[in-house]
Amino acid sequence: MSVLSVLRITLAKDLRMEWRSKDAINSMLFFALLVVVIFSFSFDLTADESRQIAGGLIWVALLFAAVVALNQTWARELRNQVLDAYRVSPAPAESLFLAKTIGNFLFVAILELLMTPLFIVFYNLRSIGPVYQLILASVLGNWALVVNGTFFGAMSIRTRSREVLLPLILFPISIPALLAMVGATTSTLTGEGSAHLSLVFLAVYDVVFTLLGLFLFETVLQAE
Amino acid sequence: MYLILGENGAGKSTLLRVIAGLIHPSHGKLAILDSGDLKTVRPQLGYMAHASMLYDELSGRENLAYFAALYGIRVQATGDRAMRTVGLDPELDRRVGQYSQGMRQRLSLARAILNDPRILLLDEPFSNVDIGSARDMTRLLGSMRDSGKTIFLVTHQPALLEGVADESVYMSAGRIVERVQHRASSATLQAAEAQP
Amino acid sequence: MKSKFAIFALLTFVLLSWGLYQALVGAPTEATMGQVQRIFYYHVPNAWVMELCFPLNFLASIIYLVNRKAAIDAFAVATAEVGVVFCTVVLLTGPIWARPVWGIWWTWDARLTSTLVLWLIYVGYLMLRKLSTGGPNPVLAASFAIFGCIDAVFVFMAIRWFRTQHPKPVFAGGADSGIDPRMMHAFLINLLAFTCYGALLVWIRYSLERTRQKVDEAHAMKSLLHQEARSSR
Repeated sequence: MSVLSVLRITLAKDLRMEWRSKDAINSMLFFALLVVVIFSFSFDLTADESRQIAGGLIWVALLFAAVVALNQTWARELRNQVLDAYRVSPAPAESLFLAKTIGNFLFVAILELLMTPLFIVFYNLRSIGPVYQLILASVLGNWALVVNGTFFGAMSIRTRSREVLLPLILFPISIPALLAMVGATTSTLTGEGSAHLSLVFLAVYDVVFTLLGLFLFETVLQAE
Repeated sequence: MYLILGENGAGKSTLLRVIAGLIHPSHGKLAILDSGDLKTVRPQLGYMAHASMLYDELSGRENLAYFAALYGIRVQATGDRAMRTVGLDPELDRRVGQYSQGMRQRLSLARAILNDPRILLLDEPFSNVDIGSARDMTRLLGSMRDSGKTIFLVTHQPALLEGVADESVYMSAGRIVERVQHRASSATLQAAEAQP
Repeated sequence: MKSKFAIFALLTFVLLSWGLYQALVGAPTEATMGQVQRIFYYHVPNAWVMELCFPLNFLASIIYLVNRKAAIDAFAVATAEVGVVFCTVVLLTGPIWARPVWGIWWTWDARLTSTLVLWLIYVGYLMLRKLSTGGPNPVLAASFAIFGCIDAVFVFMAIRWFRTQHPKPVFAGGADSGIDPRMMHAFLINLLAFTCYGALLVWIRYSLERTRQKVDEAHAMKSLLHQEARSSR
């Protein structure tokens, strides 16, 4: 039984369940919408100013919203202790980790797609730098958030405090990635400075933490 | 078939969870099928717990298809056969969340026997099950035992399994305090009856 | 063990007192910064102890995941907690010095920012431990510590690369040339004293944690035996 086949079937199962309930995606979307609206109420900005700070706002909103989805995907495995069925089976732990990460990546990607027009409308945004950099930043940044988020979600869901813990351990770890995402986005939007260093940094961050997660996930999954 | 009996909190469920590899023993070692490495034994284990270990949002068939895939079984027929074995209709297009307690229990058993395990661990399979369903399940377990499977069963209703169980293991405070062989005794009983 | 501890504690106390005397009286007043510079004898040794504690925690976490010895886990707890305490002192004494010298409490300078992020990561670690008592606590904590330590590398790089628009303040009075030998003397004494102090705290916290582990285990055994007595009645 290969890592890939279990990965595929787990991902398909997750997407099917999400398609039926739409719990994660709905709560995440609404949450992100609230954050955007509240931010835009709180600051009264000119087009130039919003270019300066939009990069930060987008990523903070995404980070908060992602936590909602991350908790949901693991809470689903905890109901009826389904996770134990996975733990007693010979299926590789890595498949579960990757399937959940990819699933969360897709959810956050959908969120990004829907949030972009919102930001453009609310903050009068227009990018001065090349748009492909924004796309690259959103893909790499998304992965950086969800790869750690999925790992820590699996950790926090196994503790007494459940959902409360996730942001407390995810946010500090995500700070360097967040700096790079905001850096890349802001420098592209304003057209000042180069986004290349940030993007390379994000790519390295993604690779390192994906490998680390794969390496340690079985330990965390089988911890009792 | 071993019945594991004892008071609440005697460590019956914990024993099953240790055998299933969900908990590591804090002292001592565990060897299953001549192997100390639980990972190699996993394909041979079937485990049914208090909780259903099923996704409420999926149908019975979808649940079994997923769990079968975790054992590398990609044939739909396997899940369907397991459902028929426990007396459920595979065509039933209903989410498990809408199942009755008894049906869920049956499906849970179907999930545990999907991979045709050599060792079956059952934690209170008859709780909240009507007496008819319990009899069906007992019959099924009896035939599984006869086909050479080892079954460990935690229960508060040992009467249901009379004539099926081979040995009762009494636990108290995390220790096995007594073991009673039924098969052997019934065999000697028959021998005694045959004597005169 | 007890007498060794007493001797070490006494030594630490003497060193700390001597260090305090040297810092306040022995060392001359710095020409440009004045009296406030003396906090330096406190600030830098604290940072040093913090920088010792976190890598030790990282090592202990890796070793724990390999051998799962409760003693190693106790050491990891001890180093993390002491590290956070010393890190907090660093973050508090920094602004006290910065305010009169730089004229501001805080700046997003590379060193300050990375210390703050490090603090956040390890407070997260302690929160994880706190919120997951019972259950898989030590394994999760050790895994998180490994993430945290590798993340720290990214933190240093990210802050250096993406936060450089702020001017880097000139750090006067470092251990470089031109420092008064009496200042150097006071600094080294304090460095030694605080290293001993940190080690002492780790020692205390470690034995406390070991005791807690043993008490927990004894409680678990006792409740089992209690149950046995009840069921045999």
